[in-house]
Amino acid sequence: MTIDHRLPAEYEELRRTVEEFAHDVVAPKIGEFYEHHEFPYEIVREMGRMGLFGLPFPEEYGGMGGDYFALCLALEELARVDSSVAITLEAGVSLGAMPIFRFGTQAQKRDWLPKLCSGEMLGAFGLTEPECGSDAGGTRTTARLDEESGEWVINGTKCFITNSGTDITGLVTVTAVTGRQPDGRPEISSIIVPSGTPGFTVAPPYSKVGWNASDTRELAFSDCRVPSANLLGELGRGYAQFLRILDEGRIAISALATGLAQGCVDESVAYAKTRQAFGKPIGANQAIQFKLADMEMHAHTARLAWRDAASRLLHGEPFKKEAALAKLYSSQIAVTNAREATQIHGGYGFMNEYPVARFWRDSKILEIGEGTSEVQRMLIARELGLTA
Amino acid sequence: MSLRIVVCVKYVPDATGDRRFAEDLTTDRDAVDGLLSELDEYAVEQALQIAESRQQEGDDAEITVLTVGPEDAKDALRKALSMGAHKAVHVEDDALHGTDILGTSLVLAKAIEHVGYDLVVCGMASTDGTAGVVPAILAERLSVPQVTLVSEVAVEDGKVTGRRDGDAASEQLEARFPAVVSVTDQSGEARYPSFKGIMAAKKKPVESLDLSDLGIDAAEVGLAGAWSAVNEANERPVRTAGTIVKDEGEGGKQLAAFLVERKFI
Repeated sequence: MTIDHRLPAEYEELRRTVEEFAHDVVAPKIGEFYEHHEFPYEIVREMGRMGLFGLPFPEEYGGMGGDYFALCLALEELARVDSSVAITLEAGVSLGAMPIFRFGTQAQKRDWLPKLCSGEMLGAFGLTEPECGSDAGGTRTTARLDEESGEWVINGTKCFITNSGTDITGLVTVTAVTGRQPDGRPEISSIIVPSGTPGFTVAPPYSKVGWNASDTRELAFSDCRVPSANLLGELGRGYAQFLRILDEGRIAISALATGLAQGCVDESVAYAKTRQAFGKPIGANQAIQFKLADMEMHAHTARLAWRDAASRLLHGEPFKKEAALAKLYSSQIAVTNAREATQIHGGYGFMNEYPVARFWRDSKILEIGEGTSEVQRMLIARELGLTA
Repeated sequence: MSLRIVVCVKYVPDATGDRRFAEDLTTDRDAVDGLLSELDEYAVEQALQIAESRQQEGDDAEITVLTVGPEDAKDALRKALSMGAHKAVHVEDDALHGTDILGTSLVLAKAIEHVGYDLVVCGMASTDGTAGVVPAILAERLSVPQVTLVSEVAVEDGKVTGRRDGDAASEQLEARFPAVVSVTDQSGEARYPSFKGIMAAKKKPVESLDLSDLGIDAAEVGLAGAWSAVNEANERPVRTAGTIVKDEGEGGKQLAAFLVERKFI
């Protein structure tokens, strides 16, 4: 029996390839896109060309025949350099394509997956609403089946939806109340709404604190009609579907947070070796060395946490608690590492042209998106058998 | 008929690492991680593009990637296979240690004849030795035409065409098969391997050959058989601080004087 935490050769090769791509293609250009709040179409196109959007999907749908672990590896390496492109990939795969792959009919998979896998098209997932985030069961958007025309009629608003308004966005899967359950609770279903459907409008991009080269928008549905065949999976299964999607997504966000935390170490170590103060590099000071040692410890531990959760997922084992632990820990240390990296950089760390300034802006959302830290703690406590 | 393309690649020390010579003044391959020479990635890319354009026209092409080097050189082959090459040949022999340009071209020529070919594609130079003459010598050894240092390459009707951009003019060159071409770093960025490519590469055949398989006498290669020798290697001196010219009205003149003194202008 072998116990081995190291990556198999082909996963290590994937990791190295994405590392090289992030260094050579993303790093030189992303600052400009970020500063102007522009979506980096040319970088996303290259990511598509190298198959990143198809990583966890089978080849019959245009995928790479990989798995969720491979996706997370790619996310970590991208986020070491930039989180906007990482979240674009994360949302495109885990929220855009994955629900269709997991719950879609053959026809829906055939229609949508090849383009989503190649990165020519982005998909989005519309779950969060102005008055319901963590309490996802409180969805207000409604979808009524018009028996005469055989169409769903959707009304409501969604907010903070990643990838929903780019030039290459092809669809948004929205959750909506489609009826009442016997116990009176709302019945929630997921419905695919192609971009450009009349009655579906996308607001201009938000002005965000971070992730400035990613696309995030508010969506409005006003008597928006789509064919009844656009129902994703079974009627009334929307709640169970998005819980599954969110559980997986936590591992992906954890990998992304780990990448940001590692990027903070990379930048700070390089800076500490070259920046001179009082006649020696600042990295010769124990105060800086200890900060860097702690930051490295954080990134390393976070990596072990997401890899553990991802390998459980791969082996079909329960992973809810491990995903929550990984997400909670890695997002917390991402914020810590970003704060310390900025501190090590001194005044330069407050200048937008330095990558650590971007890391600082991009870190906070990690404690909020894909389930807040409070929600993660709730989940972990519940897994420990504690009830409210 | 399937077009047989052989791409010659080299496994080199990572240029971003701290590269050194070993005690016998050959490349120290243990000091720094190795990789597929970036300049050879352009050759692999062009071969893949030729194969793809033929496929679109209903033709076929088979790409064999060839390297001469130590055990670790398999990494360079694997990268090229991940990018999409079909099979690989690795020539490895302890007697090859210290082989120079002439010896390398001899081994490559024998291995290329062993594989069978219509077109040989090389990079413009290696990123470690940087001599840039192996493709030309290789063509001579194979007695076939050479189309070297092209920034654009295409294949049509049993011939290869290419554009060589010089300082004064751009030349349009062509040669009938079989032929050797070398492509520059202006020929188009190499693709990144996809995960599918990485997984597929594991199953692609890698043939290992030694000198006896190719009928080469060990005395013709290696340090002893080399036609050139490195007599001495010194570390580059540490960069010294530059001269700072303070502009007090005469800054421009002082800069010009500095450049004149060093014969830049």
